Amino acid sequence: MIVAEQKPLEEIRRMIIPYERVLILGCGTCMTVCDAGGEREVSFLHSALRVAQAKSGNETHTFSEYTLKRQCDPEFLDVLDDKIDDVDTVLSLGCGIGVQALAERFPALPVLPGVNTSFMGMAKELGVWDERCAACGDCRLEETAGICPITRCTKGILNGPCAGTKNGKCEANKDMDCAWVLIYKRLERLEQLEKMRRYYPMRNFRAIPRPKRITSKISVDVVDVGEDNG
Amino acid sequence: MSNLERVLESGAFTVTGELGPPQSADPEVIREKARLLKGYVDAVNVTDGQTAIVRMASWAACLIGMSEGLEPTVQMTCRDRNRIALQMDILGMSALGMKNLLCLTGDHQSFGNHPQAKGVFDIDGIQLLQIARNMRDEKKFQSGDEISVSPSLFIGAAANPFADPFDFRAIRLAKKVAAGADFIQTQIIYNVERFARWMEAVRQRGLHKKVYILAGVAPIKSAGAARYMKTRVPGMDVPDEVVDRMASAPKGEAKRVGIDLCVDIINQVRQIEGVAGIHLMAIEWEEAVAEIVEKAGLLPRPQLSA
Repeated sequence: MIVAEQKPLEEIRRMIIPYERVLILGCGTCMTVCDAGGEREVSFLHSALRVAQAKSGNETHTFSEYTLKRQCDPEFLDVLDDKIDDVDTVLSLGCGIGVQALAERFPALPVLPGVNTSFMGMAKELGVWDERCAACGDCRLEETAGICPITRCTKGILNGPCAGTKNGKCEANKDMDCAWVLIYKRLERLEQLEKMRRYYPMRNFRAIPRPKRITSKISVDVVDVGEDNG
Repeated sequence: MSNLERVLESGAFTVTGELGPPQSADPEVIREKARLLKGYVDAVNVTDGQTAIVRMASWAACLIGMSEGLEPTVQMTCRDRNRIALQMDILGMSALGMKNLLCLTGDHQSFGNHPQAKGVFDIDGIQLLQIARNMRDEKKFQSGDEISVSPSLFIGAAANPFADPFDFRAIRLAKKVAAGADFIQTQIIYNVERFARWMEAVRQRGLHKKVYILAGVAPIKSAGAARYMKTRVPGMDVPDEVVDRMASAPKGEAKRVGIDLCVDIINQVRQIEGVAGIHLMAIEWEEAVAEIVEKAGLLPRPQLSA
């Protein structure tokens, strides 16, 4: 899933200065799971903005809140049609994709990002998420024992580990595991250490132009998008 | 053929030095360091933004060193340039008469004075070795396009016998040799016993017959410097005995003890089969080079005609 962190309150307060009526808009998928912009965070942020405004004494914003099932899919945005007429901006707690989906769907509406979208990852423990995929478009996890060096090696090198690894940790961060030591140990366990002896050629960045587009291989006619797909 | 290649080929115990370019546009700094090294080493590595600090470009400092009579080894890291820029610099260094090229992945940018920079790492050090080798031997760019006048290169790589996992370190050396390394310069050795074990694994694979191995050595100035290297410098193995020996130096004698220690290590690694020479890294202490090389009995340096 996509993982993000909510922006500091002061930064959000600076962004909304030009706008009178602010809709705080949450997202019910990834942002809810990573505690950055679900219904609960929308409510907390709403309260925090009201309190800060009351303290400052000279601001006149009015706030409203709503949480969509999903911000990154145009069809889930239809319910906003009758909500945006009454606001001057939407403060989105969706990821960067959500913010841009809103901007595309509502050309005349200023949209503000309320979170810093950070990475694609997984929950490591309660309240802790780790990055796991760089969306490089050229998956080599078969060769690296299911551990991604593009994402987890700080240099993203394919012929690691480099000379900086010490006690299994990364030269750039003593608290971070060296991805290539993890790969080595797991290949050893899988009795596939010969994969460490191979020379891995340079990445082909042309295979992954940005921005990318993927077209479904399934005929559009047979895809039935139900209401509960969120 | 470069002087470094000739000396190694002659079978003489080889000595290479190291020169760090200044964090300024001052050519005098390089000239002064070059004068301290000339005649005591067979070639001098000129670092490429080591520890990710902005310094004069390696090739430019190499050119100044050449004007002082040094033979340079251009160090090239993958941190700051993609494959296009790296190949451009290989053409440029060769056109300027520089033959020795040390291919490195590079220290992470977070170590230096621009930690917010984007690390490039389009390719890694092993892939750079292969690019350089193919430019020389196949006369081809990485794209496959032909090079009309190909660069004349003597290609090197680094090896760290002290990084993890130990069992993989000789395998990684084999990968570097297969990718194109003609010579290897190792991480600074303080743990001679561990280095000897690594060399044993290297010999078992016959790698010492395929590549010249220069053992990395460096004098330590103080007990504090020893402790710093032990705890702070990535990929270093500084045993307690080394720290203790520096700490037990009488007042004002630390530098002498550091030089003696360095000479001792040279004498020990010289006995190990497959070690073709030393790479002496007296960084910001170039004055020590003459004394160390002399005390180790490595003077005069061979004068071989081209």
